[in-house]
Amino acid sequence: MSRSRTIDTPDIEGSSASEPASRKHVLDLDDFSQEEISAVLDSARSMKEVLGRDIKKVPALRGKVVVTLFYEASTRTRISFEEAGKVLSADVINMSSSGSSAEKGESLLNTGLTIQAMGVDTIVIRHPHSGAPYLLAQQLDKVSIINAGDGLHAHPTQALLDLYTVRDKLGSLEGCKIVIVGDVLHSRVARSDIWGFAKMGAKVVLSGPNTLMPPDLIRSNNNIARSAFASLVEVDTNLDRAIEGADVVMALRLQQERQHAGFLPSLREYIRRWQVTDERMARANPGAMVMHPGPMNEGIEISNSIAHGGSSVIEEQVTNGVAIRMALLYKVTIGPAQQL
Amino acid sequence: MQERQIMNQEDVRRALTRVAHEILEHNRGAEDLVIVGIHTRGVHLARRIAASLVEFEGIEVPVATLDVSLYRDDLGTRSQTQTKLQPTDIPSGIQGKRVVLVDDVLYTGRTIRAAMDALVDFGRPQQIQLAILLDRGHRELPIRADYVGQNLPTAISERVKVRLVETDGTDEVALIFEEIYSEDSDSESEPESNE
Repeated sequence: MSRSRTIDTPDIEGSSASEPASRKHVLDLDDFSQEEISAVLDSARSMKEVLGRDIKKVPALRGKVVVTLFYEASTRTRISFEEAGKVLSADVINMSSSGSSAEKGESLLNTGLTIQAMGVDTIVIRHPHSGAPYLLAQQLDKVSIINAGDGLHAHPTQALLDLYTVRDKLGSLEGCKIVIVGDVLHSRVARSDIWGFAKMGAKVVLSGPNTLMPPDLIRSNNNIARSAFASLVEVDTNLDRAIEGADVVMALRLQQERQHAGFLPSLREYIRRWQVTDERMARANPGAMVMHPGPMNEGIEISNSIAHGGSSVIEEQVTNGVAIRMALLYKVTIGPAQQL
Repeated sequence: MQERQIMNQEDVRRALTRVAHEILEHNRGAEDLVIVGIHTRGVHLARRIAASLVEFEGIEVPVATLDVSLYRDDLGTRSQTQTKLQPTDIPSGIQGKRVVLVDDVLYTGRTIRAAMDALVDFGRPQQIQLAILLDRGHRELPIRADYVGQNLPTAISERVKVRLVETDGTDEVALIFEEIYSEDSDSESEPESNE
């Protein structure tokens, strides 16, 4: 038998034994295991330490190129990804649909192929159509795709930063109760959060007007078997009841255009029944925290005093968002080991 | 794959004890010293060395931890890519301090290069020293250790496995190698002394 020479670096062996398999894309949390989510949250904690330094710069992604491709308006998500990439020393190029060749009618796929041909390593995409990031992930073989929000479908990086924020405060997500209030129907944040919190062993309760609950989640007693997704949550349209014993209350933005589309009898009624207020928070567990994915309509889904009160972790969510996006950019851009 | 023990529990303990004494001797005490362990096993070794310093001289030396992943030059090319980061925690700071870096195995030197790059982002230490449990040779960078638990000449095809109570339930260093002759398979079992 001949001696085979294997070249590797055994001085780092061992510690990666339980490491989850490497990942090329982040599209939604449905294909994340509990272990992988935990690993991302742990990495984000180390990234947060980097953000706390005097010199916020590490060379990890030096020479890598990240493009943020946004077909929808965004402040926090785009800036958050840009900061995350720059702190990791990647070159970050921002592209939005206005002012790009998308205005000349270029298809998403052709834009993606063009960006890939330029040697970009990772594309962060936000798109008004559900599934757009999946199209790029299927068709582009050389770049990693991170979903920064697609239509009504998913917003996995927001969900991970929510998980991080809650775990940071409570120590663990196992067994905690999270109430998501408001326009769940049009919320991609809620859908990814449901996957994430449920996978981590938290109990998720949705509350809001019936018209704004996803039909696949509320039809529980007809002939259609509940989907795996629907079995992850409970729905209680009575917020005063739903909020009892909650550890986390997450208010969702009531998107202005919904108020005129027949989903709500009146804005005043919505405020009266589903606004997150001090009185309602008093029914939650002591020390319960209030979250909001932003941007907020203060005075509608959340009262002013709650939005800026002691129970609010809304600003921490934003800070943690940068750390989470660093962890994800690092994870997918470094990528699986190349074949030597 | 065959495995041969290089250091047993007692060997590891003695080596660390000697390294701790050498650190005290070389620095004439422990003033301004910070011990920085490199994840994962270097952190545990750093804590043990710090505990020895308390035992020998009653001096509490700050222990810091360092994850060098973000500073590596071989990201994405290693056979095992590690994307889960460990906490970096340098509570005492290192500005003007004598830093003793601690790791389990010194091999190519690339981890130590990355560690030094990471350290200078936290300040300007007066000096950086290096303590290592096992030096297996094959340096690819001009780096040497100031304190060495044991030197072990190895072949590149071999692997070194350090096990510690904190991570693996036992203290030992083992050499893992592929069998060269298929005939006399169970030939090695006698304890070896390497030097």
